[in-house]
Amino acid sequence: MKKKDTLLKVKNLTKIYTSGYVRTTEIVGAKNVSFDIKRSEVFCLVGESGSGKTTVGNIILRLIKPTSGEIFLDDKDAFSYDKRAYWRKVQAVFQDPYSSFNFFYNVDKPLNDAFDLLENSPSKEERKKIISSVLQTIEMNPDEILGRYPHQLSGGQMQRLLIARSLIIRPNLLVADECTSMIDASTRVAVLNELLRLKEVEKMSVLFITHDLSQAYFIGDRIAIMKNGEIVEEGPVKKVIFHPKHPYTRNLVASVPPLHERWEL
Amino acid sequence: MNKNLLVVKDLKGYYRGTFGVVHAVDSVSLNVGEGERVGIAGESGCGKSSFAQLITGTTTPLLHYEGGDVIADGFNIWKIPPETLRKEVKCERLSYVPQAMLNSLNPVRRVREFIADMLKERTGRKHSVDEASKIAAEHFEKLGLDARVLDVYPHELSGGMMQRAIIAISTMASPKLLITDEPTSALDVTSQRRMIELMIDIQRKGIIKSLVCISHDLAALNQLCDRIVIMYAGTFVEEGKADDVINRPLHPYTRALMDSLLPLEPETKDKSLSSIGGVVPDLRNPPPGCRFHPRCEKCMKICTYREPPEIKKKDRVVRCWLYSRGRSK
Repeated sequence: MKKKDTLLKVKNLTKIYTSGYVRTTEIVGAKNVSFDIKRSEVFCLVGESGSGKTTVGNIILRLIKPTSGEIFLDDKDAFSYDKRAYWRKVQAVFQDPYSSFNFFYNVDKPLNDAFDLLENSPSKEERKKIISSVLQTIEMNPDEILGRYPHQLSGGQMQRLLIARSLIIRPNLLVADECTSMIDASTRVAVLNELLRLKEVEKMSVLFITHDLSQAYFIGDRIAIMKNGEIVEEGPVKKVIFHPKHPYTRNLVASVPPLHERWEL
Repeated sequence: MNKNLLVVKDLKGYYRGTFGVVHAVDSVSLNVGEGERVGIAGESGCGKSSFAQLITGTTTPLLHYEGGDVIADGFNIWKIPPETLRKEVKCERLSYVPQAMLNSLNPVRRVREFIADMLKERTGRKHSVDEASKIAAEHFEKLGLDARVLDVYPHELSGGMMQRAIIAISTMASPKLLITDEPTSALDVTSQRRMIELMIDIQRKGIIKSLVCISHDLAALNQLCDRIVIMYAGTFVEEGKADDVINRPLHPYTRALMDSLLPLEPETKDKSLSSIGGVVPDLRNPPPGCRFHPRCEKCMKICTYREPPEIKKKDRVVRCWLYSRGRSK
């Protein structure tokens, strides 16, 4: 029973970046990272910049190859999948919405392109229907959005559009890599709520990579804290954030400025 | 009564270009007293950074000063010649740390050489590098920063360290007023905390007297500032003590902003959060009346055509028709 619930299993993932030919320097991106993501769960990866969060995310997306370690998706080695088949199951939303769109095309294009990844892609009429129904599920008005150019939309709208794009493909796992850090607090909430809805209604799993503990706390079920490429603490969000065991986590939590009280400085 | 170090009166600044005229800062007034730390908050695109550029006289090419007064320690900075501004006001009376501060160090020179250049420009006398690093090391130690920073190139420093070094360098001439634009936003939480501590420390030690801090992060501003001003679409909508603004917001915009924040508290998890619908208006033709009215939940008829009055209540100022019922028609 329990085994079946696991969607993605990451085992001893290590990535060492090397540079130079004669004298090589090595930088550890990730070191012995292991965790698993259950179905319909938001798993958060939190750490400071340079802690290897994105490295792990990119390996899971198969954008870079790990030095060692294994990933299992649905109990099958992730690297044995055909890449297109793999990306049908794993999709991503990245940090910068402004560079995710081609500014010369209107926003319909990435949505339409998403169909090409599907095995039997629907006809033009059907595509249109699917796009507008997907936009409606994320509470965006298709008439307002379609045919517009990226610069006419706000960052939050663009990010939600990318979520809509992944909804067309209906992956099992969405890797959200810092997808809210470049948008304003006032519109960020819409994106977070959308991710929560994905989890609850569409039964998708989300790997939420962030540096912001409070967002991780709001959205996550379980959380892993990373430091220098290693996971130092992992567990349910409430436990890790409010009863941290590792000194690094404690320090991290204490550094978040509280809103309703003031530090003694 | 505290002396006002900075008085901004009816300040206007527009961007002019082929795209039209963008009313980025429109009739804004602000007083900053001696010993005060003031924070300016708002969404992106509401004119916070333009305001900072205007009050320091360092506007980017398309931003133009259009009227009003900015009096910094007795100098009306838009009415004096630029050379006086550069020599007598900047660095000694006010220091401005822009948003892209990480680009402000010279990448091909060590930090101490950069400081030597700066000292030469400031004092008109050439300092030897040794002399300059001695002065700088003294200053860095006073702020509790590692003086080893002086011997490295900017790319060798981490973001947090570099930002703290830049704050230290810009306060070397003990300016009375320090204006920082998004000092904490590009940093990790741990560096963010150190940055906030540093800025409070600089003020406690008397190196600077007052601080104006611009940020979108209300929680960080609450830690740093005594007074918070909320800016929306080129105007100030609410002003008051940090505590009051955050815990008892008056203006509908401030309330909406507070509702969209995620504080790290156990209750956050069960809170249903709402975002502010719509987008920041196009400032080429700002909406008539109250600029927030297209997005406001409590919009009344009057909001759509008349600008809201400024309502003062003790040390709070709010610009909203909601609080002026019966007083003016």
